[in-house]
Amino acid sequence: MAIQLPIFMDYHSTTPVDPRVLEEMLPYFTTTFGNAASRSHVFGWKAEEAVDHAREKVAKLIGAQSEKEIVLTSGATESDNLAIKGVAEFYKEKGNHIITTVIEHKAILDTCKRLEKEGFTVTYLGVGKDGLVDPDDVKNAITDKTILVSVMLANNEVGTIQPLEAIGKLTRERGVLLHTDAVQGVGKTPFDVEKMNIDLASITAHKMYGPKGVGALYVRRSKPRVRIVAQQDGGGHERGMRSGTLNVPGIVGFGKAAEIMRLEGNEEAAKLLGLRERLRTKIMSSLDEVYVNGSLEHRLPGNLNISFAFVEGEGLMMSIKDVAVSSGSACTSSSLEPSYVLRAMGLGDELAHSSIRFGLGRFTTEAEVDYVADLMVRKVTKLRDLSPLYEMHKEGIDLNSVQWAAH
Amino acid sequence: MSSGLPTDGVPLADTADSNSHRNSTVTDTERELPMAYSEKVIDHAENPRNVGTLDKEDPNVGTGLVGAPACGDVMRLQIRVSDAGVIEDAKFKTFGCGSAIASSSLATEWLKGKTVAEAETIKNVQIVEELNLPPVKIHCSVLAEDAIKSAIEDYRKKQEARRTLLAGNTATAKGAVVPS
Repeated sequence: MAIQLPIFMDYHSTTPVDPRVLEEMLPYFTTTFGNAASRSHVFGWKAEEAVDHAREKVAKLIGAQSEKEIVLTSGATESDNLAIKGVAEFYKEKGNHIITTVIEHKAILDTCKRLEKEGFTVTYLGVGKDGLVDPDDVKNAITDKTILVSVMLANNEVGTIQPLEAIGKLTRERGVLLHTDAVQGVGKTPFDVEKMNIDLASITAHKMYGPKGVGALYVRRSKPRVRIVAQQDGGGHERGMRSGTLNVPGIVGFGKAAEIMRLEGNEEAAKLLGLRERLRTKIMSSLDEVYVNGSLEHRLPGNLNISFAFVEGEGLMMSIKDVAVSSGSACTSSSLEPSYVLRAMGLGDELAHSSIRFGLGRFTTEAEVDYVADLMVRKVTKLRDLSPLYEMHKEGIDLNSVQWAAH
Repeated sequence: MSSGLPTDGVPLADTADSNSHRNSTVTDTERELPMAYSEKVIDHAENPRNVGTLDKEDPNVGTGLVGAPACGDVMRLQIRVSDAGVIEDAKFKTFGCGSAIASSSLATEWLKGKTVAEAETIKNVQIVEELNLPPVKIHCSVLAEDAIKSAIEDYRKKQEARRTLLAGNTATAKGAVVPS
């Protein structure tokens, strides 16, 4: 099969819009263009009806009991902000303690940091070498002052799937709210807000073959009824929780994307797991000193995060520039620090610099996987021939014993 | 592609891979813009000059090893100096990003044929200019300058040691010390 370059293997960053999704969206740009908040004419009614249908589809995907529990937003960053700040503000009389993890997305971590400045106390739980949070740590961290626990469904870098069901049992028992940033996991791993006792969940359309700029916050309405304080003032849309004219075409696309995920997600996950394992075994059978970062068992099917020891991640990405992947190397981030997620898992900085994240998705083919595996093997071999560290390793020198001149 | 590894994949792969930089189309340039790699960086990174290892026990060879794995770049630069003080050969190996590889590759090109005194005058800004390095990559050029300095220092130390040894030995065994 012919291969088209460049190849996209960065499905954790975003996904293309599924043509079926786009088709459903198009009329809402031009003919059915009404404002869903217009109550006085048919343009508005039609738009509102379309939004409600989409809302139902999103609710169904995550097992919500009612479409009224879906608050539409501009994306997961907004949803995360709204959930955490909204809960903190509403329940501050009850307590000022929030629990989260060190491997969360910045939308969670930076929101928590802001709350700390405002007088809240935040506990950041660590993870094991496998990239998983221990529910016992959550249990031990809960105090009488705890109002919220926020743990992601699946990590965006290493794809590890967190034990939310176990955590949900604990938080429910203790009467603490549970929020999850479910962006990476929804549709790819089982997720059910009822079964997992989740009270708030952030999701976004563009990680599941929908358009960018649309997301949702699930806010439980019964047992318990969760209250949040709106973080944006205006016309009182979304039951007063999020003002702003609804992005009707985007929301319609979100709904369609959610429906496709609900109907085809399981089959797709199985296919992706097969492709991921094909990529992994091809690479690992041809190269030595290659390490998978994070649990293989509790992991998104389309995620492969590997460190190619003695080769620097950005240099490697440059040599495979027809393949879109990402790296935990400091050179690829503005902070000049290697990935905080890999660090939290106890990975040394040198291996963090050597990490590559492959994200496989709906349109990844077997031929692409074979091409990329073959390319990785050749390029890593070439760069290792160029690496003084690989030479020293082969000579039996323990790199940790070398006195490196820091710079 | 001379890695000697099986290339039993897609035949198209190799062709597309090796041609992608030669056909410097508009799309290619656009794709490279965010990472801001210049043509010269890409050329050096894809076809590094003077990769290899010189015998570090050779008294005429100076070795510089700079950087740290935890920082994401390590350069090893080696020079072999003739008795007349001219750099006859230079080799490098680098663990790092494309700009780090390019900086050290360029450095070896510049070192060959220069006297040690001339080599000492090479400054990182010259590397920055030649490779069009963006601000975030300036540290790569600094590292290359450090590597040159470190290799020269190592060479000088060895020469010093040899002179001391020679001075001590001439009385007993004339010409006994020869570069191995």
